Amino acid sequence: MADTANARQGVEDQSKRDFLYLAAGAVGAVGAAAAVWPMIDSLNPSADVLALASIDVDLAPVAVGQAITVTWRGKPVFIRHRTEAEIEAARSVDVDDLVDPQPDEARVIEPQWLVMVGICTHLGCVPLGQRPSDPKGEYGGWFCPCHGSHYDTSGRIRRGPAPRNLDVPTYAFSGESAITIG
Amino acid sequence: MALQTNSRVIRWIDHRLPIFTFMNHELNEYPTPRNLSYMWNFGSLAGIALVIMIVTGILLAMQYTAHVDHAFDSVERIMRDVNYGWLLRYAHMNGASFFFIVVYIHILRGLYYGSYKAPREILWMIGVVILLLMMATAFMGYVLPWGQMSFWGATVITNLFSAIPLVGPDIVVWLWGGFSVDNPTLNRFFALHYLLPFVIVAMVFLHLWALHRFGSNNPLGIDAKGPQDKIPFHPYYTVKDLYGLGVFLILFAAFVFFAPNYMGHPDNYIEADPLVTPAHIVPEWYFLPFYAILRAITFDIGIPFTGIVLIDAKLGGVIAMFGSIAVLFVLPWLDGSPVRSGRFRPLFKQFFALFVVTCLVLGYMGAMPAEQPYVTISQIGTAYYFAYFLVILPLLSVLERPKPLPASISEPVLRGGGTVAGATAKPMEKP
Ligand code: HEM
Ligand code: FES
Repeated sequence: MADTANARQGVEDQSKRDFLYLAAGAVGAVGAAAAVWPMIDSLNPSADVLALASIDVDLAPVAVGQAITVTWRGKPVFIRHRTEAEIEAARSVDVDDLVDPQPDEARVIEPQWLVMVGICTHLGCVPLGQRPSDPKGEYGGWFCPCHGSHYDTSGRIRRGPAPRNLDVPTYAFSGESAITIG
Repeated sequence: MALQTNSRVIRWIDHRLPIFTFMNHELNEYPTPRNLSYMWNFGSLAGIALVIMIVTGILLAMQYTAHVDHAFDSVERIMRDVNYGWLLRYAHMNGASFFFIVVYIHILRGLYYGSYKAPREILWMIGVVILLLMMATAFMGYVLPWGQMSFWGATVITNLFSAIPLVGPDIVVWLWGGFSVDNPTLNRFFALHYLLPFVIVAMVFLHLWALHRFGSNNPLGIDAKGPQDKIPFHPYYTVKDLYGLGVFLILFAAFVFFAPNYMGHPDNYIEADPLVTPAHIVPEWYFLPFYAILRAITFDIGIPFTGIVLIDAKLGGVIAMFGSIAVLFVLPWLDGSPVRSGRFRPLFKQFFALFVVTCLVLGYMGAMPAEQPYVTISQIGTAYYFAYFLVILPLLSVLERPKPLPASISEPVLRGGGTVAGATAKPMEKP
């Protein structure tokens, strides 16, 4: 009788210890995670970096066929005033043949204004094609010299290692010919 | 055994902190195989290179400004205005290259003589960790002068992480501390570039600890049969290592003083411009073979005939590049041949020679533009690099018939009847 009581006592003790052990461990783990998160998050973009996150661009001086590059969040943004021929070239492609299928209409607000982040979606070089003397690649858009990605007149990837079309930033027309990026 | 000395001060300290006994044991009387060749110099050379990097680096850090507006100018100021600043910087720049040369030879030595095999697996794996830390350190150091190659190298390499599915882009923003490589990135890279070398120092201690557990491997790859196979580290190997150091320093000085920019890239003397990518981005030479492997994967990997892509080319390249180092971690378990030294492995020897050639070819391809025929050659090289570790070594462990091993380390030496100092010295006795 005393034996069974002792045994039962032992079992109870054991499970109580397990519980305490787990509970203490869990509290410790949560505490450690709570302490680590601020350290990790401190490396994310800070408030002042985020505050610089939108810019206004006046498009009036940009003539048809011309392109300008502006800096937004430390990155180049390509703005091209496309010609009719370029728009036509971009729209006549069979979307299903594309690496990253997207119709030209989904990449612009006003067809003549193509606004994109000028960073190759492969490994982040700035593609050539903004200046008249630049190589524009086989599809008349942009060419990334780093590993040979060709983009078309809609900034869509057509050949080379880049996986995606050039990103279109969030922007809105703030007037007839002015936009706010970001 | 405790250190024997007449100095009471040393005895007093040693009794409380046996550091002198320890140093005597590990650096003086430490028993070392008597047949080590010059291939065994490169470990101590790597240690000296690390010291050179830390000393010149700390002095540079006292003059350097880690801010995007000032970094480039502060390095130019080091070059022009700081007393001997040019020497510190050129020694640090070329020191990095020499550090890698020495470590690569050290690693190839280990690969050929089977130094990664039991009981030295952990020693080997710590070595691979050191290699990774060195790469991270050198990569971040190269960003500090904030030239065009600094900036675009940093951009391309940090962007590798965007290949990780789902969280990739967020990780990249986290690494940058912004939306592109910018001031926060430069600052954290400087902090880490200062920190990591000291982590390397700690790893070097673990490396040596593991080494001294069983002692050095040797060109025959057989274990010492007794004290007759060993000689004390000092003076035999201290002198041999010092001789090698002399040769190393002559070559090092030749570069520092006569061709300081030979291994560098002229574009890095143009200040970083986030809007203009240089026509041809190349990493430092010591990363070229890995860069070639990264760029060799130009195809998606998927389920055949279904068009389902499992791993796109970008992720594939990243996996291959990191895999090329990761495979070194498991090497001790891929090569099951009980014979360590390549000298007694007739087939292994040939595949190994081809492996070394492949690494050199990959290095050359890494410096070439991403065009044909370079892409195809890189792909062949990459295939052989992995096949060597994953297919050839496991197969050879089973198929190869090694040549007979000598009975002991001293046997082949003594049979020649030569009067080499190490061969005739009484084992483990000082001259
Ligand atoms: C594992 C050891 C180290 C390696 C492989 C290494 C590598 C490098 C490399 C490749 C550069 C770029 C050189 C150039 O092109 O200008 C560099 C720059 C620099 N490193 Fe290191 N480094 C090491 C240790 C250190 C240490 C311990 C410090 C001390 C804080 C340091 C401080 C600096 C500074 C201030 C610069 C910028 C000045 C310059 O570019 O010359 N380094 N490092
Ligand atoms: S970064 Fe543009 S092709 Fe690689």
